[in-house]
Amino acid sequence: MRKFEYTEKKDTRSGFGAGLYELGKKNKNVVALCADLTGSLKMNPFAEAFPERFFQCGIAEANMMCVAAGLTVGGKIPFAGTFANFATGRVYDQVRQSIAYSGKNVKICASHAGITLGEDGATHQIMEDIGLMKMLPGMAVINPCDFNQTKAATIAIANYEGPVYLRFGRPKVPNFTPENQSFEIGKALLLNEGTDVSIFATGHLVWKSIEAAQVLEQKGISSEIINIHTIKPLDEEAVLTSVSKTKAVVTAEEHLMNGGLGDSMAQLLSRKMPTPLEMVAVNDQFGESGKPEDLMKKYGIDSSNIVKAVETVLKRK
Amino acid sequence: MADIQNLKKIATQIRRDILRMVHAQNSGHPGGSLGCADFMTALYFNILDHNPKHFDMDGKNQDIFFLSNGHISPLWYSVLARSGYFELSELSTFRMINSRLQGHPTTHDNLPGVRIASGSLGQGLSVAAGAALSKKLNNDPKIVFSLHGDGELQEGQIWEAAMFAAHHKIDNLISTIDYNGKQIDGPVDEIITLGNLKNKWESFGWNVLEMNGNDMEDVIKIVNHAKTLTGKGKPIMILMKTEMGMGVDFMMGTHKWHGTAPNDEQLQNALSQLEETLGDY
Repeated sequence: MRKFEYTEKKDTRSGFGAGLYELGKKNKNVVALCADLTGSLKMNPFAEAFPERFFQCGIAEANMMCVAAGLTVGGKIPFAGTFANFATGRVYDQVRQSIAYSGKNVKICASHAGITLGEDGATHQIMEDIGLMKMLPGMAVINPCDFNQTKAATIAIANYEGPVYLRFGRPKVPNFTPENQSFEIGKALLLNEGTDVSIFATGHLVWKSIEAAQVLEQKGISSEIINIHTIKPLDEEAVLTSVSKTKAVVTAEEHLMNGGLGDSMAQLLSRKMPTPLEMVAVNDQFGESGKPEDLMKKYGIDSSNIVKAVETVLKRK
Repeated sequence: MADIQNLKKIATQIRRDILRMVHAQNSGHPGGSLGCADFMTALYFNILDHNPKHFDMDGKNQDIFFLSNGHISPLWYSVLARSGYFELSELSTFRMINSRLQGHPTTHDNLPGVRIASGSLGQGLSVAAGAALSKKLNNDPKIVFSLHGDGELQEGQIWEAAMFAAHHKIDNLISTIDYNGKQIDGPVDEIITLGNLKNKWESFGWNVLEMNGNDMEDVIKIVNHAKTLTGKGKPIMILMKTEMGMGVDFMMGTHKWHGTAPNDEQLQNALSQLEETLGDY
């Protein structure tokens, strides 16, 4: 397989902050809102450079989402940032009525998604958010894998007309995708060509899939790795092209099995190309406090789980 | 100067529209719609600086309005149609399949005049605050108006928005509460009392006015006064006393007609109390 390298580990939320600041310089219609988590979301550079376009909302996420919807009337492009838990479950009805159903051009920017939020524990570790958001008609759902890609995605969604859920995280993870890459919403990225199995991964699990593929290579198994940074709209063509070649599928994500990427893939493949599929995801559980790496192991979303899932799916081929 | 007599004539016709629309589908919310008919008539036919023939979502350099208590949609639809946003004949499609006139207002079907979906209560004040901020960023001197139910004030988000608008000095926003004292299950004071609303809004940092929403002269006077208070650092709230079911004797003084349609006989009785001033749709 091809070599993957990185120079440093960086958090995806900082990629968001960097992208937002770039947007602020380029596009005067971009405005940002935050619910008392400006530092955590790395929105300070934007807030300091463009104070007239930054709206502190306090601990009132419902209001923030609807203020963002209102700001679109008049042509603003609001980026509303908070933790993933408060950007989805807490404000589901506001997002549903005032943003999704109303077709508003709001970018919901959700940090600290998934179990790698770590020590704060299950109250904050939402692993249902992809499912909640992908169910809303017209909502795009994007979960980039590293700093560079999150930055690129942040910049790209400003040019997309319509509601977007942008999901990113807290921990520092390998920053391995190219700097200043272009980001195309809904276009899956083939990271490594392989012949035995297709591994479709999103977010932090993309790097874990690369690690797993390296282990599998030692065992003589050739893995195709595809980065599904956009869960909705799903790149059906890329999925079907790969699956028609490998005829075995593993999905990997930092989310519950219910409602996540694996669920979308199973839905697609059962209709268009029934194929053995294994899902690496959290199975109907809440998380707990701990170090991100320890939690990923305990909850079954580590690279070793991807290796096992590949071995299982190959037996079903 | 407002032509009060003409506005009253329009409001009377709009009340007929409301009753006929709700009766035709045997569904909808006549009580609050009738109560707010005078205010909405004053707004759309006298107060707003707007462009009904050329609706666009952004509404730049126009006054814009958000209906937060979306269930009084028959009133809004009648006002929009009669002020020229769309054909009057479309009122006959209210709540029917394939209609743009959904039970609760939506942008989904591109109905001119509607800029946000509403129905799930408590969201419209935040939306209006956002739109008002947008106007400020655009150096647009026009005003954002919004209307809310009094029962709607039980939603916590209203008070989030109240704090937000005052904190950010959103002074190009004039909101109005339909203070009829009634909600679906009964009198507001028996469901969850609102306490002293004037004190509440003032303590949240708003400029508060009071008016009789069923007295056309008072509505014109107070809303115009509210306009003079814009640009002074505070959002403006009008507590508007109304009578639910106003204009139809048997619908007044009770919460019963919040979401109930009149039957054939009741419709005839109601219409006999309201002169057909401009021609039914």
